[in-house]
Amino acid sequence: MRALFDTRGHPALVWIGTALVAIVLAVLPFALASIGTTWVRITNYAILYVLLALGLNIVVGFAGLLDLGYIAFYAVGAYTYALLASPHFDLHLPFWAVLPIGAAVAAFFGVLLGAPTLKLRGDYLAIVTLGFGEIVRIFLNNLSRPVNITNGPQGIARIDPFRIDGLDFSKYETLAGVFFSGPIKYYYLLLLVMLAIIVLNVRLQDSRIGRAWEAIREDEIAARAMGINTRDMKLLAFAMGASFGGVAGGMFSAIQGFISPESFVLVESIMVVSMVVLGGMGNIWGVILGALLLSFVPEILRWTVEPFQRALFGRQLVEPEVIRMLIFGFALVLIMIFRPAGLLPSAVRKRELAASAESRLADVRT
Amino acid sequence: MDVFLQQVVNGVTLGAVYAVVALGYTMVYGIIQLINFAHGEVVMIGAMVAFSVISALAPSGLPPLAVVLLGTGFAIPVCMLVGYSMERLAYRPLRRAPRLAPLITAIGISIILQHLALMIWSRNILAFPQILGTTTYFVGGAAITNVQIAIIAICVALMGGLAALVYRTRLGTAMRATAQNPQVAGLMGIDINRVIAATFVIGAALAAVAGVLYGTYYGIAQYTMGSVLGLKAFSAAVLGGIGNIPGAMLGGVLLGVVEALGAGYIGDVSDLCRYGWIAALMDVRCADGGHFILFGSEYQDVFAFLVLILVLVLRPSGLLGERVGERA
Amino acid sequence: MQRTWLALALSATAVALAGCGEQAPAPKPEAKAEAPKAPPPPPSIEIKIGHAGPLTGGIAHLGKDNENGAQLAIDEANEAKLKIEGKDAKFVLLKEDDQADPKQGTTVAQKLVDAKVNGVVGHLNSGVTIPASALYNQAGIPMISGSATNPKLTEQGFKNVFRVVGRDDQQGPAIASYLAAERKPKLVAVIDDATAYGEGIANEVEKTLTAAKIKVLPREKGTDKTTDWKAILTKLRGRKPDAIFYGGMDATGGPLIKQGKELGIKAVFSFGDGACTDKMTELAGPAAEGLLCSQAGIPPQAASRKFLDAYKKKFNVAPILYAPFTYDAANLLIEAMKKANSAEPSKYLPELQKLSFSGATGPISFDDRGDRKDAEITIFTMKGGKIEPIAVVKGGKTFGYEEFLKTMGGG
Repeated sequence: MRALFDTRGHPALVWIGTALVAIVLAVLPFALASIGTTWVRITNYAILYVLLALGLNIVVGFAGLLDLGYIAFYAVGAYTYALLASPHFDLHLPFWAVLPIGAAVAAFFGVLLGAPTLKLRGDYLAIVTLGFGEIVRIFLNNLSRPVNITNGPQGIARIDPFRIDGLDFSKYETLAGVFFSGPIKYYYLLLLVMLAIIVLNVRLQDSRIGRAWEAIREDEIAARAMGINTRDMKLLAFAMGASFGGVAGGMFSAIQGFISPESFVLVESIMVVSMVVLGGMGNIWGVILGALLLSFVPEILRWTVEPFQRALFGRQLVEPEVIRMLIFGFALVLIMIFRPAGLLPSAVRKRELAASAESRLADVRT
Repeated sequence: MDVFLQQVVNGVTLGAVYAVVALGYTMVYGIIQLINFAHGEVVMIGAMVAFSVISALAPSGLPPLAVVLLGTGFAIPVCMLVGYSMERLAYRPLRRAPRLAPLITAIGISIILQHLALMIWSRNILAFPQILGTTTYFVGGAAITNVQIAIIAICVALMGGLAALVYRTRLGTAMRATAQNPQVAGLMGIDINRVIAATFVIGAALAAVAGVLYGTYYGIAQYTMGSVLGLKAFSAAVLGGIGNIPGAMLGGVLLGVVEALGAGYIGDVSDLCRYGWIAALMDVRCADGGHFILFGSEYQDVFAFLVLILVLVLRPSGLLGERVGERA
Repeated sequence: MQRTWLALALSATAVALAGCGEQAPAPKPEAKAEAPKAPPPPPSIEIKIGHAGPLTGGIAHLGKDNENGAQLAIDEANEAKLKIEGKDAKFVLLKEDDQADPKQGTTVAQKLVDAKVNGVVGHLNSGVTIPASALYNQAGIPMISGSATNPKLTEQGFKNVFRVVGRDDQQGPAIASYLAAERKPKLVAVIDDATAYGEGIANEVEKTLTAAKIKVLPREKGTDKTTDWKAILTKLRGRKPDAIFYGGMDATGGPLIKQGKELGIKAVFSFGDGACTDKMTELAGPAAEGLLCSQAGIPPQAASRKFLDAYKKKFNVAPILYAPFTYDAANLLIEAMKKANSAEPSKYLPELQKLSFSGATGPISFDDRGDRKDAEITIFTMKGGKIEPIAVVKGGKTFGYEEFLKTMGGG
């Protein structure tokens, strides 16, 4: 993918390429809407997963810290938005104020999780993060008494949509002669946020911070010896990853209009991990690919597997949902065994894999 | 007092099952430092297989105990096979890979096993045929059923048997040698692959028994039952000191008791109305026998995770584990 | 290497998108009366009614039951050869699967809106129906749920949202007042499974009991996956309640009552509709005998004879739970269209609001919020391994079951 961005000698090509991509992305929702607005909505959810996968990639891919409770930050962002912009507390802050607050609260939770677990080794950390994710969900589900904060399992309804000066993102309207449905407006907003986060990620990866994370991932002790403040860097990774999750959560709240703790279960965390692993840990484009693939797979299955089974057996034998989960499971196992660096490996991972067997033997656990 | 005693009885029964499952985690971890995340699913498979056999035989007129034993007899080899294939297909190819790789395949395996079980046994809650008549005995005000007594006895026997296997047999010696240093053990003529496979298979057999016990005790089985049970058993293993067999037993029973007492008493303990001055300070209405409970039994499932996090952060080697290097 | 992967990735995406394109149902707005190129003589009008519920997942059988109910109403309407706007009306049921998942629920709701349905019957779960209702509201499409019992659904201020089933805050009070009146407990323990449904109904039970001056212990909670209730039950045993109410499903309610009896608890166990099934006996064995439970609405076997016969004839099974309600819901939409002589949502909605209809579940009319006036709640007990109706609570009054059947003229 990086070849695409190799500007040396071909500036014109790059501009043409960028322009093409921009046009496709701009026209996409209208093309999809002509089939059905449903597809715009599905695309929007896919972009949300891209945001989540990019956030998790910072923690898992860049810094090498496996986080199995990542959905907790999504939940924190979603609930922050819902509490500050809904009739629940009768607060209606504008979205441009709530989203950053959500990101900040999520980042705070990231540090809260990161601080006590700094010393833990990879696999222990994974289990602790899993526990953390469940604890957050249990609290959200039960903080309706003795004082009602989250409204418990009933969830929070009538969450404000995004509004800019009378432009309401949840409403249908015609602007400049073009018909815009709610999902189309959200699509553009999500696209903007996604592009911003991609740019941020690309810049981060090649920055001092990005290289420090990479050093920690490869060998923490060596990284510390080289003068990297591993504690601060790890906390930063947790905080940044969490804040992306928080932003995605806030947008989910606004688009959905109703949230309850059942949207933030363990399976969702595992889904995001699968996206990152499948696409290629540490490679931004790989992760995006993974997220898009795994978000569209269930929809594609729904349109193919069901009619196929009905045609073949006269009834549905295996639900698409089950097939989807089996695909996730097999993807995780097969990728780890045959292509551990993912579909689009990052440059560093490729170097690692190319390294001689001897150096890998040095990693044998004793 | 009878309430307290009853809670301890409840906790010990549940803890005994945790302990048997925890043994599977701890054995595998002890030998190759791998968290076999999918171990809980093996328990589930055990319960499911036993369910099928027991419901098929229940109307046959065989004595109930024989039916349950036959169910267990089928569940054990199936689980052993699952455990063996898991090791052979998903973990052995990754023995030299970075630490996170087998953890990720383990998640994958666990998803696959769950959904295969879903396809075979459906999504519904399966009700175990109630063939074992329960008799309740009252001891010092605490009710204990014959099934509970049997569960505790079986678990104690399994743990004793496992300890004998590990400390008294050749296989056990080979396992301990492999745990200490696989390279050297290999040089001494031990077939490491066989020893590791044997560890998985024994752990899976224990899981099968645990699955049957759990299923007959609560009377239900479902394809999702393995994940929570597995996590709790893992917490128990960590609490006792992962890699340490007596530790897993102690951790299991302790966790069971902590959960029972926690769920039983947390509501009363965190009732602000019991503490007059706090209630006054926070201006809480407690008049007329009111309550202001901060944390009730709804936080029951948090205890296992809290124990896990606290142990890992404060004393990663657990209660009985020897201190190991931070980045062993 | 990178290029090949890029190519692969792109082609994969292309395939994905192509897949999307081909498979979409492409719901062209053919419903418009002027569009069809059908032969001129009897001008016909196609009226689309959407149905959404879980067709896959743990409660797929209930989703299918709901769908059958609606389908039956549609088929009957087609046989009746109705005329709307002077044209032959042809009713079509668009069936969607929401997987009982809120996110999926909004997606299929959007699909129905895209297809420009004239009305919607559904969804099944409250948690799915609430977010979906916002979409129907925006598109101005009338929606009637036959099974969503959460009070919040009709309290959003949406003019086009209705339900024909009793609310949790009608069912909770019904079972609670029956308990209070018939068993006269002094102290009651309330447990729930910390789900929207379980907590909701438990809250209503607690409210009613407290209002009846009966003492209620502080709430105990498990989860919808709890199997070990012994810690909670042991604690309760120490407090000696006369009755225990559990808001939750049979999967957790079965073990709860079984373990309660094992611990020697003598209190009456009572449940909401989630645990008001024959499965309780399977799960708890003889321990389940004598429990009390309630179901919103009337039991399917008490629905009108005409409906029961037609349903059995068409689907070869008896209705499971809410089919009579979705049947009525679909019929209500059709009836309102008939009265307004239009399938245009904006035209027939006012008719729907003031409709007074006699359905399979008894007389139906809506209040201002879109809730059914005087919805019935039935009280059951477990007898010989089967749940049996013993009373019907309606408009605050309790009727014996036999007495109620006479007024229905059915069953």
